[in-house]
Amino acid sequence: MSLAETPAKSRPRWTTASGIRALFRERPIVPLVGLLAILVVVSEVIRPGIVSPNWAGVMVRAAIPLAILAACQTMTMLTAGIDLSVGAVASMSGFLVATLVADTGLPLAILIALVAAALVGLVNGVGSGVFRVHPLIMTLAMSLVVLGLANVWQLIRVQTGSGVPSAFRTLGANMVFGFLPLSLVLFIPLAILVMFLLNRTGFGRLLYAIGDNPVASRLSGTKSWQVLIVLYVISAILAGIAGFLYSGLTNVASVTLADSALLPSVAAAVIGGTSILGGRGGYSGTMIGALILAVISSILSSLGYPEAIRQILFGAMIVFVAAAYTRITSD
Amino acid sequence: MSTTVDTAMESPTASRGIFNRFIRRNGWTLGLLGILALLLVATKIIQPNYGPAGIQGLAISVLPLALAAVAQTCAVLARGIDLSIGSMMALTSVVAAVLMDERSEGFAMLVVFGVMLLGLVLGAINGSLVVFTRVPDIVVTLAMLFVWAGCALLVLSTPGGGSAEWLGQLTRGPLLSDWVPKAAVLLIVVVGVIWVPIRRSRLGLSLYAVGSDPVAAFRSGVSVTWTKIFSYMLAGLFSAMAGLTLTATTGIGTPVPGPYTLLSVAAVVLGGVSLAGGRGGVFGPVIAVVILSLIRTDMTFLNVDTNLATVAQGLILVGVVMVGSLIQLRRER
Repeated sequence: MSLAETPAKSRPRWTTASGIRALFRERPIVPLVGLLAILVVVSEVIRPGIVSPNWAGVMVRAAIPLAILAACQTMTMLTAGIDLSVGAVASMSGFLVATLVADTGLPLAILIALVAAALVGLVNGVGSGVFRVHPLIMTLAMSLVVLGLANVWQLIRVQTGSGVPSAFRTLGANMVFGFLPLSLVLFIPLAILVMFLLNRTGFGRLLYAIGDNPVASRLSGTKSWQVLIVLYVISAILAGIAGFLYSGLTNVASVTLADSALLPSVAAAVIGGTSILGGRGGYSGTMIGALILAVISSILSSLGYPEAIRQILFGAMIVFVAAAYTRITSD
Repeated sequence: MSTTVDTAMESPTASRGIFNRFIRRNGWTLGLLGILALLLVATKIIQPNYGPAGIQGLAISVLPLALAAVAQTCAVLARGIDLSIGSMMALTSVVAAVLMDERSEGFAMLVVFGVMLLGLVLGAINGSLVVFTRVPDIVVTLAMLFVWAGCALLVLSTPGGGSAEWLGQLTRGPLLSDWVPKAAVLLIVVVGVIWVPIRRSRLGLSLYAVGSDPVAAFRSGVSVTWTKIFSYMLAGLFSAMAGLTLTATTGIGTPVPGPYTLLSVAAVVLGGVSLAGGRGGVFGPVIAVVILSLIRTDMTFLNVDTNLATVAQGLILVGVVMVGSLIQLRRER
């Protein structure tokens, strides 16, 4: 038996169908980068001359806040959860800073916003970890609570007015040398931290374990409620940071600013190869997924199609990529 | 199991056994009805002149969301979830509004059936994609949310169109007694005519079977594929009806989806339907929708900021689900 297999193994691995499947399963980043390259070529074909360092910078700048929100989805999806409160939390934190900064100064305003975000995450974690409420319901309900409270806060602060602090505008929108978005300064350490957490720490392994087989992880002594509480607090704090970037990028402070980014953040994680059923995936794919979504929406807007067609194509592409991915990786 | 033996063996106590079983099976719904009754009493105390007009307004405002909750129930019972319900409502609503605009009343009848058929088709597309791509339900319907919302914008880029007079009359005003709003009767008739026969048929049974254990259902000869598609078709049909009621009550079609999808998920959970599938019915979610809406009305009467009403809805959702899962955890021990 083993003798018969030897010739097949001595050939380069990726030439056989099963080899390609293994490549996709183990290194999802490779086909994703391929897809990204194809999309860049498509952009160039549609609008010759559009691809330039500046264009790439704009793409990356648009993808960064989305990639941070998608980090929340990646980590929660690894435990077979989901965080639907990231949109509301991101909007809230951006709005809080914009309304508080005149009174308290920037550092204190940021601190207050992040503490508020962490509190939301704590409630999410206690609900889904201790009370075993389905994360979908828990985070959905918390997004209603956050939105309502943010609206009340808006009515209280309506006299004082609000403005996005200039530091956020610089950080969110400026480019260095015309092609390097300044938000990379914030994003690169964050991305390294998330990948370090997932790949090199016990916490990360526990996330995979809980998502892969909750019963087995419980029997081997994991206190999943502690892990989940920490997870949702981290997720909410990341969402708060993404909110700062959104308010800086758009120079708008509104209580619904990042709501439209909620569903794309889930899509970015799914396209990046993280399974919504838990236990499989990682952050490197998610980052490429966010970049792919940014390029897709840029292509769609450069085609000059109306909003309607763009939405249809956007949805169709998510289904197509997810379906192709599932088909290739399942046996 | 023991109750079925009891009822078969001891015929004198059979009626009591059936009664007990009814209580146990519908405990959650009966509890919701109790809360609703308490809320109505509270409303009457807060606002002594709350009467037929208030009830009628409540029924009309509840109608679209109640149908959306029924649609979500159909998907959730078969262990799915449909995040595209709000978009399907927007699409069917604008299609109805465009087709009925300045046409005869008789033609509108045709449009109503056409739009319901459209709902079935949209649901069939959702269901087929879920089954044949093997991508998780939540991802497929999330993507279809964009597709259907885009289609709605294609049909009508700004709110417009019109509605037939009789369709609006179907929801407005009372029937026979001042206390019985037409909208409530319509809701009960529509859900009763479609849901009750299905629930009692083989299809309904396979819906629950697939929801509680797809593998066991498959081994006992239930076609999981078709049952899943069928559950999404039902969700599409009820979404189309919810879209029709939107057009009927507002008189126009609006291409931008309302907050119906997420609220329908909330109502389903409050209504005692298990997100893991296979447990619950359509009446619990409908009552839950009425309760949520009545709480909002009461808070307006009390001069509470409506934003706090949103907070209250979220907190109630969390509270009820926490209590529910605590009971579940107790039982497992």
